[in-house]
Amino acid sequence: MAANVKPRVRVPKTASKDEVIVIKTLINHEMETGLRKDKDGKIIPRQIINKFTAEFNGQKVFEADLEPAISANPYFEFSVKVPESGTMKFTWVDDNGSSYTEEQKIEVQ
Amino acid sequence: MKGQLGMAGLGLAALLSMGSAASAQDADKLVINGDLEMTTRAPAPEGLPFEEVISGWHFREDETQALETDDFDNPGMLMVERGQDLWNEVQGAAGKSCASCHGEAAESMKGVGAKTPFWSAEAKRPVNLELQINQCRTERMQAEPYKFDDPDQIAMVSFVRFQSRGMPVKLDLDQGDMKAWWERGKELYYTRFGQLDFSCASCHEQNAGKYLRADYLSQGQINGFPTYRLKDATLISTHNRFKGCVRDTRAEPFQPLSDEFMALEVYVAWRGTGLAVETPAVRH
Repeated sequence: MAANVKPRVRVPKTASKDEVIVIKTLINHEMETGLRKDKDGKIIPRQIINKFTAEFNGQKVFEADLEPAISANPYFEFSVKVPESGTMKFTWVDDNGSSYTEEQKIEVQ
Repeated sequence: MKGQLGMAGLGLAALLSMGSAASAQDADKLVINGDLEMTTRAPAPEGLPFEEVISGWHFREDETQALETDDFDNPGMLMVERGQDLWNEVQGAAGKSCASCHGEAAESMKGVGAKTPFWSAEAKRPVNLELQINQCRTERMQAEPYKFDDPDQIAMVSFVRFQSRGMPVKLDLDQGDMKAWWERGKELYYTRFGQLDFSCASCHEQNAGKYLRADYLSQGQINGFPTYRLKDATLISTHNRFKGCVRDTRAEPFQPLSDEFMALEVYVAWRGTGLAVETPAVRH
């Protein structure tokens, strides 16, 4: 599954100064807990997204540590206040060392 | 409707908590992504004891309903996206993808999902998307057919049916022997099975809108299948749902894609005539 991991975000393209906007993010990921066994009785190794961060113009505005109990395809919805035009950068960190990023610009009018 | 309940029906009614059925199906409107208006109530086709057929969406609580109104929030869309990738993926000895023959699914598959199951002149039987896709795979792509409920099969079926989202369900019963299959499906629908001695109609016709434990019974429409079920956290195919329903009557279910379930799918799909295809619907 890890081969097809694709992050998705929904960020308003424009906002007014200091507006509180709602951001939605979703990433498809198996979130293998490390507790399950395969057909031969061997433990399927844990592989989850263990960290999610959102930065606005380089400054961290949202962060979450994920644990194995979190279900597949983790979804986050949160609000941020935007003081100026800039770029939201989202990062998901996988147990296998890879990370997935997505960026989106917000224009303050 | 109550007049139709026989002795067995009365026993059943006692089994089912009567609760307050006043708000079983709400009057909300289903609009997807703010602009796609869905027909979730339609005049019932002739021969049904309902005045109107109602999508299962109306029987669910607001939070579940909301998930279907926005494709970003609809967890079933992940599988539809997976289906889009598979559509373009070359598989099998013939070196073909679905797109090699069918091009853009948005054009070539539009409307297909609204008329399934449909008559196949080659197979001389009604086929649903699972069977049609497997026929394409084995005969045109020279690929392995999907095993029933392979995640890729569900993704592909959902993707194809998604191209008809918003279009009204309309089967063509004039083709081939469709009427005979419809009759057989109807017979199955009204046949009592299992230790509990329930037919499909016991719940979804005679008691639709009433409580079954903590949950409202819907009319059992399949216009939204494959449907994302929150309890399974994945898309559930029509025949998997049939299997679950029959199992719940404590009967031995028919095999998925068997003649019995195909006949039942023909009949149950017809019972939803006029409802918009909702694939991927969200239920709990």
